[in-house]
Amino acid sequence: MGELRLMKGNEAVAEAAIRAGCDGYFGYPITPQSEIMEYLMVEKPHERTGMVVLQAESEVASINMLYGGAGTGKMVMTSSSSPGISLMQEGISYMAGAELPCLIVNVVRGGPGLGTIQPSQADYFQAVKGGGHGDYHMIVLAPASVQEMSDFVKLGFDLAFKYRTPVLILSDGAIGQMMEKVELFDPIPRRTNEEVIRQCPWAATGKPKERDHIIITSLDLDPAGQEKINLKLQAKYRQMKKDEVRFEMIQCEDAEYIFIAFGLSARICQKAMDIARAKNIKVGLFRPVTLFPFPAKAIAEISKKVKGMLVVEMNAGQMIEDVRLSLDSPQKVEHYGRFGGIIPAPDEVVSALEQQIIGG
Amino acid sequence: MTEEIIIAGFGGQGVLSMGKILAYSGVMQNKEVSWMPSYGPEMRGGTANVTVIISDDRISSPIINSFDTAIILNQQSMDKFEKTIKPGGLLIYDPNGITRHPVRRDINIYSIEAADEAGKLGLSKVFNMMVLGGFLKLKPLIAPEYLHKGLQKSLPVRHHNLIEDNEKAVEIGKALLKPVLVLN
Repeated sequence: MGELRLMKGNEAVAEAAIRAGCDGYFGYPITPQSEIMEYLMVEKPHERTGMVVLQAESEVASINMLYGGAGTGKMVMTSSSSPGISLMQEGISYMAGAELPCLIVNVVRGGPGLGTIQPSQADYFQAVKGGGHGDYHMIVLAPASVQEMSDFVKLGFDLAFKYRTPVLILSDGAIGQMMEKVELFDPIPRRTNEEVIRQCPWAATGKPKERDHIIITSLDLDPAGQEKINLKLQAKYRQMKKDEVRFEMIQCEDAEYIFIAFGLSARICQKAMDIARAKNIKVGLFRPVTLFPFPAKAIAEISKKVKGMLVVEMNAGQMIEDVRLSLDSPQKVEHYGRFGGIIPAPDEVVSALEQQIIGG
Repeated sequence: MTEEIIIAGFGGQGVLSMGKILAYSGVMQNKEVSWMPSYGPEMRGGTANVTVIISDDRISSPIINSFDTAIILNQQSMDKFEKTIKPGGLLIYDPNGITRHPVRRDINIYSIEAADEAGKLGLSKVFNMMVLGGFLKLKPLIAPEYLHKGLQKSLPVRHHNLIEDNEKAVEIGKALLKPVLVLN
């Protein structure tokens, strides 16, 4: 068993980055995720593993530092909260286009605009539909606990390098700020330069005589060439949809109704499920863990076995669009959401189920 | 066993750290725990509260709106949280600074004059641990040896010389507890 600690979600991300063998963190402070960089600064990972931690002059600078680091095959990451992630979109699109791996953590706060510092899930569209320009996706992981904040850092880096793609952890202010028990994984040594050269033949690691220059770019002015790049990206996304879909189902075996929720909302729905079951309402929970690729097939399957489904989100109805696209035939699917930093209470969710699905 | 607790008072009273010590002791005793602070645009001297859940099972929502126990250390928190205690639940409050005493008749109510006592003994730094002692007397969820481990884990090493004072404060707190209303 790994080391047990009581940690904030943000601290767990930072500690997991050091243990995952991350080479560099570049970020700019913003509430509610500032503890990530604070923890790293206090922990001085340069002394533990040689990992670089740098406060950039802006979010735009951080994401471009990731572009540079990833271009040399290094394991790099950044973190921010909603407005800061918006600033990074150009760089993320460039990285997707240049097929560069990196990990980005969004500890979401309420928006639009500067919004509030309270938790929200209103960045779902931005995370799963692209966010920046061009036809691209990131793999999007949605942790629902502090444990997953730690585990998904390691998973995120693995997937980023497996597919040469930016990976986003879509968290929220509550999971970032709350403390839970975490079992930390054992540290993985940072890769040596020789290992990077061997494992990342695409990276700009210095030109030996026997091969051509490696050019990292997302620019190809020839449309035929650009289409080829796009086709390659699309093939990659199809592969992800085949191999990387992750979800969790809780008490769905006998369920007549289903909550569909990710991240913090899924935790609230678990409590709502207990309250509803005490009232003899047989409800289960379907929790997408990857938001891209989305567990469309599994949702289509379960939809056939139940009378109705309630999608619960801390936004005005975003994931519900992907749920509806997953279904073969019209189903009773409704949305319940709170926004702007308000977290729905478990009994409020039960009332919504009773009114919108059971009684509706 | 699941115990859902809200601890609420002024910033600077040690509300968040009391919750952290309780939660960390729970981890050491192999319980599931969650610690969810209010992290809004609070400032020094403003209100602070934290929800702590300790359970033998996986914890569902870390955000809840009714509690088994409320530990209340100022008037604003009394106004906000007295009504959120589950019927049959527990309210512990320090009467220092309280102008409107609790009115519920369907919960167990205890007072603990910890602020006064901590001031008299010159132990105001560990006032929060006196209050925690009062709670642990009524709900002995955490065994003393795990509380010791929880203190070791939550306090920075430079403050480990204060662990003894903290443990002493817990014992003082247990003696300070006074029943106000005890249901049959």
